Amino acid sequence: MITYSFLQQYWWFLVSLLGALLVFLMFVQGGQSLLFQLGKTELQQKMLINSTGRKWEFTFTTLVTFGGAFFASFPLFYSTSFGGAYWVWLAILLCFVIQAVSYEYQAKKGNVLGKKTYQIFLLINGILAPILVGTAVGTFFNGAEFIVNKENLTDTLMPVISSWTTPWHGLEAVAVIWNVLLGLAVFFLSRVLGCLYYINNIDDDEIQTRARKTLLWESALFLVFFLTFLVHLLVQDGFAVNPDTKEIFMQPCKYFNNLIEMPVVLAVLLVGVVGVLFGIGKTIACSKWKKGIWFTGTGAVLAVLALLLIAGWNNTAYYPSTVDLQSSLTIENSSSSLFTLKVMSIVSLLIPFVLAYIVYAWRALDLRKINGKEMEESEHTY
Amino acid sequence: MEQIDISLVDWSRAQFALTAIYHWLFVPLTLGLGIIQAIMETIYYRTGNEFWKRTAQFWMKLFGINFAIGVATGLILEFEFGTNWSNYSWFVGDIFGAPLAIEGILAFFMEATFIAVMFFGWGKVSKGFHLTSTWLTIIGATISAYWILVANAWMQYPVGMHFNPDTVRNEMLDFFAVAFSPVALNKLFHTVMSGWVTGSIFVISVSAWFLLKKRETKFALASMKIAAVFGFVACSLAVISGDGSARQIAEKQPMKFAAMEGLYEGSESAPLVAVGVLNPEKKSYRDSIKPFLFKIEIPYMLSFMSEHNLDAYVPGINNIIEGGYTQKNGTTALSAEEKIQRGQTAITALAQYRQAKKDKDEAAMQTTLATLNENFEYFGYGYIKDPGELVPPVGLTFYAFHAMVIFGAFLLLTLLIVAYLSFKKTAPLENKRWLQRGLMWCMLVDVLMGQAGWVVAEVGRQPWAIQDILPTSAAISKLATSSVQITFFLFLALFTILLIAELRILAKAIQKGPEIN
Repeated sequence: MITYSFLQQYWWFLVSLLGALLVFLMFVQGGQSLLFQLGKTELQQKMLINSTGRKWEFTFTTLVTFGGAFFASFPLFYSTSFGGAYWVWLAILLCFVIQAVSYEYQAKKGNVLGKKTYQIFLLINGILAPILVGTAVGTFFNGAEFIVNKENLTDTLMPVISSWTTPWHGLEAVAVIWNVLLGLAVFFLSRVLGCLYYINNIDDDEIQTRARKTLLWESALFLVFFLTFLVHLLVQDGFAVNPDTKEIFMQPCKYFNNLIEMPVVLAVLLVGVVGVLFGIGKTIACSKWKKGIWFTGTGAVLAVLALLLIAGWNNTAYYPSTVDLQSSLTIENSSSSLFTLKVMSIVSLLIPFVLAYIVYAWRALDLRKINGKEMEESEHTY
Repeated sequence: MEQIDISLVDWSRAQFALTAIYHWLFVPLTLGLGIIQAIMETIYYRTGNEFWKRTAQFWMKLFGINFAIGVATGLILEFEFGTNWSNYSWFVGDIFGAPLAIEGILAFFMEATFIAVMFFGWGKVSKGFHLTSTWLTIIGATISAYWILVANAWMQYPVGMHFNPDTVRNEMLDFFAVAFSPVALNKLFHTVMSGWVTGSIFVISVSAWFLLKKRETKFALASMKIAAVFGFVACSLAVISGDGSARQIAEKQPMKFAAMEGLYEGSESAPLVAVGVLNPEKKSYRDSIKPFLFKIEIPYMLSFMSEHNLDAYVPGINNIIEGGYTQKNGTTALSAEEKIQRGQTAITALAQYRQAKKDKDEAAMQTTLATLNENFEYFGYGYIKDPGELVPPVGLTFYAFHAMVIFGAFLLLTLLIVAYLSFKKTAPLENKRWLQRGLMWCMLVDVLMGQAGWVVAEVGRQPWAIQDILPTSAAISKLATSSVQITFFLFLALFTILLIAELRILAKAIQKGPEIN
């Protein structure tokens, strides 16, 4: 039976899935952040740029769709978080704006700022985007400082319903160490994925050797930050919702309980973590093996999906307010109407079709790996 | 008592306008050039002639340079609904979010996937798959235009929804009424056609430069021929849809219609101001200063535009404020004061309903709800403090409308002439240097026309974010004005630098040429 509650859970799943795919696709950002580390000659840098350059639009489009889907399914989040945590979101947007032009413009004549500047734009996007996105998602577990009062709409002098209670407008998220840890975990994960993607996509001995060497360190750092965040998450108090009264309250080990009470999600998390580790481990162990990106990538999608699911499912407030607990957003109090969720759910049936043509086009372009010769022969390169 | 800072509203609007203006510098070119290059590649596919492949590839290169910056500005626009218009996002997000999400799922991925094949697939995928990808790229871009225009049209003419006092927002009732609203369809047609005109004029301008430099003559003449025919058809269709737009505005947004014409006192058999200079001394609809210093009128034309009826009554700004005239649907128009009164009644009823619900007073809930529903169509007027706020900036709307029409007529004529000349055996386009120079400047005319069109649509509907339901002043995010000022100037600097870079890269790529000869 398709109930309102079912559709709310379904849309939280879809938004989480888009978020998880976004984290995987941030291998593009991770790759950009390694540009100067892995590419020592002009040709190597060109290969690296062209390698992620054929994929960056997927990451970008996933971000845009994530925003659109969140708006359509949980408009109160869009209204509260974007308008409130203004500086964080605008910083994220700005570092994607400079990315959008940099691939196309960096090697073109007449680009005003010079090749190096655009490559530095790619570096900035590569470093800041994962850290900021990760830190922003950290507030899903640690809360933000806002009040929602729908009665304000009847006050004709000040009708705004969502307001931020600190003048920092989002920057305060950095003061919570656990948010930053998640940001750093996402950053190093994106670099791990970047290494694995290059290993798969670029047919060049020097880049291969360097990427494999870098992978070891990046993986170690990723694990340190991720595991610290994860352990803390499992023991911290969480923001729970009383399903009868809709009251929000603090519950010890809420996220741990969510995993125990939803064993399928726990299984997804565990399979995800194993996938991530297997992809990394085998790539380091076998110097000829190039398929690590698919294992670690799939693992990352599953692990992130599980984390986002425990933030919203099982009577949990996914966007908690630390200044007024009852203002916290839950998938129930922030969602679109039943009708809109139904319409959107029908549209969502087309997603497998979209995924299918993406995979088809991706494979068609990747049949020939990037190397020096391919760069010379291609009719279009960045 | 806390109150919304008017400067915050102005700066939020300025930031949105800035982003939209920049976005609209790039998007129409994408829409038009995308089709032209796809036509060229189709000819290559059918004839196997390398000339057409090189020709298509040259325009694709320019397409790519332009596309990147369109993507960048588009991202900001989408998120600005949340960052700067947070109240709006809640109040109508249930309706407005859906087109945005569908745009992402259906259109953006199509564009992003197939543009990669279009650029990097030469030699890697079959000719047929490549051609399909080129077409799917532009089809994706056009579908994306459709959904965002559905969203925009809904703001101008809200349909298919009802207000839910329990959630304090508008909720969608009829998806097809939103997606196929007559305003949305007309807007799509008008906007996409103007984009096609932009693509044509761009190809003609660039080709004229090659002819002037006596380079790549065959390429330039062939490109011009396709662009001129395609552009003329598109421009004709833009005129037809523009006529449809005018009637829709006259019916659904009469204040915008009056502002477009600088019409203060309405009449039957109203003339259209063909050319006019507004009197800068006129500051308000209330003063008795004459609105025009000078004007040339076409008799009956405004009445004809509004209803296709030479005798139709067209209300002016003062009439709309004072009310009392018979509207197109046969009812008598309320005065601004009455509408404000009814808006306040609706808002008060909402507050009472919420209180009654808290008190669990069923009887009071029912009576307050009835009052709310009865007055909801004027809900937004409740936030209006003074009738003067209901008048959009007349000068900007008037001049933008007239610029759009005059430039449009000029381009229609130009496209017709170029199309005619491009078929003449004596090749006049190749030899007339004054004509080549003139055609190069047409690009500027086109850009001004496109921008003017959006100024009419968006400035003309002020003070409304959603017509009659929510004014911009009640749609904003609660931020410090200084924060929005900072981001405004940040965007201004960034977009301007990127625009300069784009234009220089385009210029260099054009100078290099298609290298066919």
